Amino acid sequence: MSALLARIVGSRLFWPIVMLFVLFVVNLIAFPGFFSITIKDGHLFGSLIDILRNGAPTLIIAVGMTLVIATRGIDLSVGAVAAISGAVACAIILGSPNPGSPATVAVAVLVAIGISLVLGVWNGFLVAVLGIQPIIATLILMTAGRGVAMLITEGQILTVNSPPFKMLGSGFWLGLPVAVIIAAVLFAAAALLTRRTALGMLIESVGINPEASRQAGVRARGLLFGVYTFCAFCAAIAGVILTANTAAADANNTGLFIELDAILAVVIGGTSLAGGRYSLAGTLVGALVIQTLVTTVYTVGIPPIATMVFKAAVVTIVCILQSPRTNQALGSFRRSLAVRAGKGAAAS
Amino acid sequence: MTATLEPTSVAPGGPDRQDGKPAVAARLRSALRVLISPKYGPVLITLALFVLLFIVGGVRYTNFFSAQVLLNLFVDNAYLIVLAVGMTFVILTGGIDLSVGAVVALSGMIAASLLQAGWGPEVVIPLILVLTSVLGLLVGLMIHVFDVQPFIATLAAMFLARGLCYVISQSSISITDPTFVQLAVTRIPLGGGASITPSVIIAVVVVAIAVWVLHRTRFGRTVYALGGSEQSGMLMGLPVARTKVLVYVVSGFCSGLAGVLFTFYTLSGYPLTAIGTELDAIAAVVIGGTLLTGGYGFVLGSVLGVLVLGLIQTIISFEGTLSSWWTKIFIGALLLVFIILQRVLTTRRR
Repeated sequence: MSALLARIVGSRLFWPIVMLFVLFVVNLIAFPGFFSITIKDGHLFGSLIDILRNGAPTLIIAVGMTLVIATRGIDLSVGAVAAISGAVACAIILGSPNPGSPATVAVAVLVAIGISLVLGVWNGFLVAVLGIQPIIATLILMTAGRGVAMLITEGQILTVNSPPFKMLGSGFWLGLPVAVIIAAVLFAAAALLTRRTALGMLIESVGINPEASRQAGVRARGLLFGVYTFCAFCAAIAGVILTANTAAADANNTGLFIELDAILAVVIGGTSLAGGRYSLAGTLVGALVIQTLVTTVYTVGIPPIATMVFKAAVVTIVCILQSPRTNQALGSFRRSLAVRAGKGAAAS
Repeated sequence: MTATLEPTSVAPGGPDRQDGKPAVAARLRSALRVLISPKYGPVLITLALFVLLFIVGGVRYTNFFSAQVLLNLFVDNAYLIVLAVGMTFVILTGGIDLSVGAVVALSGMIAASLLQAGWGPEVVIPLILVLTSVLGLLVGLMIHVFDVQPFIATLAAMFLARGLCYVISQSSISITDPTFVQLAVTRIPLGGGASITPSVIIAVVVVAIAVWVLHRTRFGRTVYALGGSEQSGMLMGLPVARTKVLVYVVSGFCSGLAGVLFTFYTLSGYPLTAIGTELDAIAAVVIGGTLLTGGYGFVLGSVLGVLVLGLIQTIISFEGTLSSWWTKIFIGALLLVFIILQRVLTTRRR
């Protein structure tokens, strides 16, 4: 029994789930109808659905980020890539003769994704071939990327009037928000591809020691290219969803700070920034924690812009809980308890 | 005696040339070695770039070759110079500080709101410097005691500072305090019609102190040692823990001071101000030749980096037809060139 309890408490997912649970309880107290989901016009409505829908872009990027972080890397450029992909999609739809046709939208989205793949390969090139530290390599695109996005939109906010495009961001399909379906498919694909094949293990081995894994026959360079390209692909999809949601491409504000939210989701989910191991399920919980936190701030009635203070608190708490020193202290505390219990048993 | 005289007596004209040639070649080789050394190479290339950009600007545009254009680089970027100084300390130890932009905004907000509430500037400014230093101290402790990566710890500080800005006020607060206004409009003439602001003097003093600290004190030596190898520093008995925490205090202090200088420049506090300034500061430090892995770099290099960024902006505004977003693209491209350069220089050394 206690062994089972210890296994549950020791699980990487334990603290994130506790955090999510606490947030749910706070919400329920502040807003009794929090868990109710109703059907209106054939769609599901409710706070939980809102959390899923608004959290979808963060989750999508966080999935890509998880794999990058598993290789002991980081991708700061995702926000800029999202802005570029949104700008490209909107520019193409605006430039086409009939913006409302699904074919136009399909072309726009595919071109946006294609351009982002090139950007991902670029990041991969800097990290894998030139051997530049990932933070710095992706910092370049983070700085220049917003400039490129503004170049595409010519400094304007591009507003598009295209029902199929808007559908991607705020539409519903089978009663569920389209954005949530996209996120779920991407998440499932990433989980199956990396956990049902050896790919995930190979990615982790690169994170532990790139040189050793290369000598063991793992194609470290190719894997690095792969994860950065996949991360840019995720960023592109998130950028399309974000842009479609507002039906406007804003080079300055699309995906602003989303790289930080995504990294935060990964860290809350228990994936170590030192690389070498990752948990996609943890990332899912982490993304939900962040979005629920934002929603909680709204429902409790705190000014929404103070959310960042709470995010700061969450990052600090999670980092301190995960730090080796805290674990050590907790461990010695547990041992001293066990010793005391043992002495008590001997005395009686 | 004869043996030593022999060479000169054999060919009076020859030895001079024979001696001279290797001397010139050796000098050239040593000059080249300086140029490709990770210590001086990037700084010298930045200096050459600055001169080149200035000449290009002077040839292309009228009124560019003036003392005031040069001095305006300092006037417009005084706060960025102070930020870059703090960032140099952090990057020299191999860390990074992402919170500086948000802290600039926060100190501007604190200044504006407290002055509005009737506090005097002689209280407000020291208070800001203390608060931002304490924030730096907390970040440093989080990094050292709990072994949190600098990137994440300063990210938390960035969220906290930016969030606190919004808590103070969601809209812009203008500053009407006479001292601040006086400091904002004062121009100190330097002769020939050129002038600077008091902020420039403060920034130059900060740079001078930083140079002295880094090169003439034990703390400065330890900062370089930490960037070279923390392990060796520890084994040598250097105060690793204290230094590692202190660099973030220095960075916090510099961010606070930069925030105050920024309010002298804008005369208002606005929660969305200085977004992305941390990237400018990091870019300036990297372009200024400080190695991101730590251990090599100069404060004066970072100042040069800030000036190059400012010069790019000036050229773009002189050009007129180029839109402001080109600045970001140019800075990104420059960052790329310098990072690859660092990479090449450090690998050659190994």
